[in-house]
Amino acid sequence: MSARVVIAEDLYLLREGLVHLLQAHGFEVVAAVESGPELLAALTGERPDVAVVDVRLPPTFTDEGLQAALAARRAVPGLPVLVLSQHVEQLYARELLADGTGGIGYLLKDRVFNADQFVDAVHRVAAGGTAMDPEVIAKLMVSTARHEPLAALTPREREVLELMAEGRSNAAISQRLFLSESAVGKHTAGIFTKLGLAPSDDDNRRVLAVLAYLNAARS
Amino acid sequence: MKGMKAVRRYATAALRAALLGLLAVADLFLAAGVLLTALFAFALGMIFLFPSAVRAVRRRTGLARRLSGRWLGREIAPSYLPPPPPVRPQPDGWYRHDRQLYRTPRWPDWHNRWQWMFGDPATWRDTAWLLLNPLAAGLLLLLPLAVTVLGLSLPWLWTPPKLLTLPLGLLLAAAGPAALPRLLSLYGWWNELFLGPTAKSLLASRVHRLNQERLETVDSQAAELRRIERDLHDGAQARLVAIGMTLGAAEALVGSDPAAARALLAKAREASSTALTELRGLVRGIHPPVLAERGLGDAVRALALDSPLKAEVTVDLPVRPEPPVESAAYFAVSELLANAARHGGADRVWIDIGSRGGALRITVTDDGSGGADPAGGSGLRGIERRLSAFDGVLALSSPPGGPTTAVIELPHARGARDPRNAEKMPGWKWVIVGTGWGLAWLPLFPQGLVAMVMKLIEMEDRSWILPLYLPDPWSWLLIVFDIALGTAMYAAAVLLPIQHSRRRWMAEAAPHRLCSDR
Repeated sequence: MSARVVIAEDLYLLREGLVHLLQAHGFEVVAAVESGPELLAALTGERPDVAVVDVRLPPTFTDEGLQAALAARRAVPGLPVLVLSQHVEQLYARELLADGTGGIGYLLKDRVFNADQFVDAVHRVAAGGTAMDPEVIAKLMVSTARHEPLAALTPREREVLELMAEGRSNAAISQRLFLSESAVGKHTAGIFTKLGLAPSDDDNRRVLAVLAYLNAARS
Repeated sequence: MKGMKAVRRYATAALRAALLGLLAVADLFLAAGVLLTALFAFALGMIFLFPSAVRAVRRRTGLARRLSGRWLGREIAPSYLPPPPPVRPQPDGWYRHDRQLYRTPRWPDWHNRWQWMFGDPATWRDTAWLLLNPLAAGLLLLLPLAVTVLGLSLPWLWTPPKLLTLPLGLLLAAAGPAALPRLLSLYGWWNELFLGPTAKSLLASRVHRLNQERLETVDSQAAELRRIERDLHDGAQARLVAIGMTLGAAEALVGSDPAAARALLAKAREASSTALTELRGLVRGIHPPVLAERGLGDAVRALALDSPLKAEVTVDLPVRPEPPVESAAYFAVSELLANAARHGGADRVWIDIGSRGGALRITVTDDGSGGADPAGGSGLRGIERRLSAFDGVLALSSPPGGPTTAVIELPHARGARDPRNAEKMPGWKWVIVGTGWGLAWLPLFPQGLVAMVMKLIEMEDRSWILPLYLPDPWSWLLIVFDIALGTAMYAAAVLLPIQHSRRRWMAEAAPHRLCSDR
């Protein structure tokens, strides 16, 4: 049983590209729309397993896609949405994460270039996980640089924290940093003690806790 | 206590009147000198005397303006046209004036200055003021003082018994100082009449300022475009060329060496990512996407989130300002935030965006070490320049030790003036104008002029004309009163709207924010 996807993107070439890419990776594309109202109708009508949504859509060419995604998630709590954009903003990331239910992705459009990683992110979001763009996390880390408990982390722990905040599992982190999975586990435990967070084995809840912590540290 | 205060008030008024009066007496000599110079300059062709005479008059009126602000409570702004810019040499090194070329800038400069002084109506209003000032100051200021002196010396000057002259003298002596505060303010009004700016001169200086601002704006816009062009040329464009070449090489290799081709393709992908990152940075500098998508409030929130400072943003904007205004405000706030983080050593910053009387008002306060100086920082200068294109202002308070508070004020809309802001004539004035036009004929014609004529030709029929029923001296008195009343009512009906529309002209000639502040 393949995952059902709704795609919203106003540029024809990119939309077709996404459709082909996801179909090639075994997704079933149930709707590929090009405007905000169509997207909202497709999301609430089709109830897909995951939606890939561009922020800027017709008719207003402002944040139509983001608003439609947020509205759909209010109607269908936890509806997995992966938001794509030409630029990433902490502000939008916060709004997407605000309901704390997961199933959220927020990536730069460039990430589509790397098909494997992109498809991996779509899978993660479809499974109720999180996929935050490294650039969002980098901005978050920069703006929390003066926060004390964060400053107490070792460089390695910071790396692990960043990857964790992007929404990656221990296995993925260990692969990325060329560490053993148990070493990553030790680092995450260290991070959670230093930040005073309750340790959790559930990947998804862990990510949300980290993101909430980072967001709170910043204001 | 209260009595002391009143005495002091009248004493200062008398002192000021005396000093202003003395100055006016000295003006007699200055005026004579100026008249003489004018005679030499225009009748005998000694035209070179003219500028120095004008300068002398301007120094004197400058003093009068300052004293008017300090003593008479009436700030008077000078109303001169802006001085001509210094003459610039032509490419061949000569200086041109009209159709003549000069080797040095001396003559063209002199010509320009002469034209500037001669053509400025303020020069002639200044001169008129100087010639009339002895008269006005004599009547308004010196006469009451003379009355006081006369009153005090009356018992010795006049023969009737002291019992009669003493109270009369004291009454006269008191009348002078009592009237002085009123007369001083009247004198101030008279000063303003001649020395104050007119709607025309305000407009002229505003046009001059706008011209300069337009030059600056055009300059900075051209510089901005050049920067964008350079960034595109060295960045994205160059990278796209590289990507194209890499793809070409991969195409050539794909048959013979698929592994190498694959490596090249990966490189091309990376290069395209870098190009996109650069374009993103460039776009952010031109018009930030959040601003386009969400407007000023959220754009500033996004800015605050990206800043390393702990920022609190409060936004209260009932209407969205025009896009160019938003953009100017956004970049100003961005610069201020960067300054606070870079130089101010601040940890926290508070940003408040609101609207006040048709203007967008943004306050940025940080807890840094202060000491920011708009004259020193080119960043702050840049903000001011960007804002001035929209009639906006930046006010900065940054004492050493902090905190630094910057206030930006920008009119919501460019150009268009909100018609609701145009000052309306108050209702009571309309009543006076209406009564004047409606009823002034009644005292003036039948009761006044007609009665007078009938009285003069001694007509018998008195009809309904009231004064004719009165005994003789009283009937004349009533006729004069009726004529005066009718004339005054007509005068009020004509003058009130004129005075009001003059104030409106002045308001329209002044920059916008001066009006919205009122």
